[in-house]
Amino acid sequence: MVTTPLLPSDYLDLVSPLRAGADLRGRIEAVHPETGDAATIVIRPGRGWRGHTAGQYVRIGVDVDGVRLWRAYSLTSPTDRRDGRVTITVKAIPDGKVSNHLVRKAQPGTLIQLDQATGDFVLPRAKPAKVLYLTAGSGITPVMGMLRDSELDDVVMVHSAPQPHDVIFRSELHDLVAAKKLRLTELHTDTDGMLDIARLAELVPDWAERETWACGPAGLLDAAEAHWTEHGVQERLHTERFRAGIVVTGDGGEVTFSATGKTVEADGATPLLDVGEEAGVLMPSGCRMGICFGCVTPLKAGAVRDLRTGEITEAEPGVLIQTCVSAAAGPCDIER
Amino acid sequence: MTAIDPTAHLTAEQIEELGRELDAIRDEVIADRGEKDAAYIRKVISAQRKLELVSRGVLLFSIFPPAWLIGTAGLSVAKIMDNMEIGHNILHGQWDWMRDPKIHSTTWEWDHVSPSEQWKHSHNELHHTYTNVIGKDNDLGYGIMRVDEDQRWHPFHLGQPLWNFLNACFFEYGIAAYDLELGKNLHKRRRKNPEFRARAKAVGRKIRKQVLKDYVIHPLLSGPSFLPTLAATFTANLVRNIWTHSVIMCGHFPEGVQVFERRSIKNETRGQWYLRQMMGSANISGSKAMHFMSGNLSHQIEHHLFPDLPSNRYAEVAVKVRALFEKYELEYVTGPLPKQVFSAWHKVFRLSLPNKKPKVKTPAREQELVAA
Repeated sequence: MVTTPLLPSDYLDLVSPLRAGADLRGRIEAVHPETGDAATIVIRPGRGWRGHTAGQYVRIGVDVDGVRLWRAYSLTSPTDRRDGRVTITVKAIPDGKVSNHLVRKAQPGTLIQLDQATGDFVLPRAKPAKVLYLTAGSGITPVMGMLRDSELDDVVMVHSAPQPHDVIFRSELHDLVAAKKLRLTELHTDTDGMLDIARLAELVPDWAERETWACGPAGLLDAAEAHWTEHGVQERLHTERFRAGIVVTGDGGEVTFSATGKTVEADGATPLLDVGEEAGVLMPSGCRMGICFGCVTPLKAGAVRDLRTGEITEAEPGVLIQTCVSAAAGPCDIER
Repeated sequence: MTAIDPTAHLTAEQIEELGRELDAIRDEVIADRGEKDAAYIRKVISAQRKLELVSRGVLLFSIFPPAWLIGTAGLSVAKIMDNMEIGHNILHGQWDWMRDPKIHSTTWEWDHVSPSEQWKHSHNELHHTYTNVIGKDNDLGYGIMRVDEDQRWHPFHLGQPLWNFLNACFFEYGIAAYDLELGKNLHKRRRKNPEFRARAKAVGRKIRKQVLKDYVIHPLLSGPSFLPTLAATFTANLVRNIWTHSVIMCGHFPEGVQVFERRSIKNETRGQWYLRQMMGSANISGSKAMHFMSGNLSHQIEHHLFPDLPSNRYAEVAVKVRALFEKYELEYVTGPLPKQVFSAWHKVFRLSLPNKKPKVKTPAREQELVAA
């Protein structure tokens, strides 16, 4: 009542954005380069942070060129870091807006949005006797979180990266090897070629007896799943996939109105508002020319094209589109 | 409506070309929109909140006249910022592209008695789509005034200088009533319409909250300064109302601004829509502070062409828009605040009296045809 129409928290956020009770945020405190295109971001989470389990990931919301974008990254810090900070390690992927921003432009002091840590790519409470970590590229990040967090008796790691200098955490891994805490097979795909999963037994003869955690590109994980299933030991394999799928953009596509359960085919020139109305979906509407923002609707999946500028918007949590000036750019899901 | 159509010299192709040139201006800003703009609106919001906090704090001691003066001035400015540069523009979706749920047209609520949702419908949708079309755009005189010779005169209009003055003082309530279309909806039958009742209830709730905050809770918190704080909040609301009313009157009422007939917008092209916005709006010239305090509605012409561009970009856009006005030989109606306010008030007085229906002169183009 004192602050209506705002909330007291709107004022408190001005002075103490990381306080208990605030929306969960974090502050970037440092950015440490790992390789030419990867960096570790040290984050001080707000008071509401409930901690994480090694191997889990966190979704973060970062403002890139003024636009808030959300991405998920594996936590690479041990769970008992004394200063309460957590780290994520990010590899810049080509055209990746957030990853490139974090690796090359992120500044200490910047506030970011956080979700609580989540994910079930974790070690069981009872420590397995023998473990295999099968990783490639930035797939090493959740596993690094595990390596740093819990010491296991018998750990083998098979890790692939294009070249030696592309191996994230390389010197730390070699230190672990020197301390006899890890047996490591490092594959350099530029010279050795891709790992042929059928020949895994040559590298790790007892692979089938090991509880395995695998993380890396979809090709590696698909092959691993097939291989483990083929040998009837699929319950020993735990995988983590970073990207659920790549949005296919095109001209028009199948539009799903998920709240109503209707699906129709749309071309690339008809506004989604018209498409929905044509299909008998109750669509909020206004000026029908893109100025009143009376028709904004969540885009749950897929991509749409702004009919005025040609700009493509891809689905992300919280993304709203103006249906009167957007057309399907491939299959998409509109929450109506 | 002036007897001579000031756009008569333009051919249909020219009008479409003008539309394309305006689209290009819009695209340029959108392509360039980014971090700086986001930082701007965040800074403004944070400054507004701090100013309001400090002012309300000072008013706790408003029993001392200097504290009253400083607190009241601060609160007036904070309320103006909230309404103009922040609320109005966020509710237009100008900052939706940031994807920040806290600075978004679907979530923002302003320090005003009209609920955001209702205002967005009457303002963004009706007024901005049908700008200055008699019978379609209720902003033309807000349904209580006659602001064009072509509107029918009624003895009720004799009192319009007074209505306009009262509307200025209690502008936010006027807007709330206007958003509810009270005039139309108070008829017996409409009053019972459940949709109207729900909206009226929402307004009632908003008014209750606003009044409770400004006229009960904050004065009570001030203890011995109860009355001075009450007077201070009343004054701040009054100042904000008169200021916003003045700025908004300057947007479409000054002499030289065109109004349009309903049939003129039938099958309107994008170019024609742009042209109507250009001819139906007027600017206020002045300093950066003037533009800021008006929520950049001093760039009303640019705002009506591009209602969803971030307000901090209107000043740079105005230079290009003005060049187009010159290129196409159109009148860019602008002037300093006192002149524009006077012009708008002058019209309110003049049109409170009946006028002879202007003789419709044959538009220039048709004269030529006849001569040929």
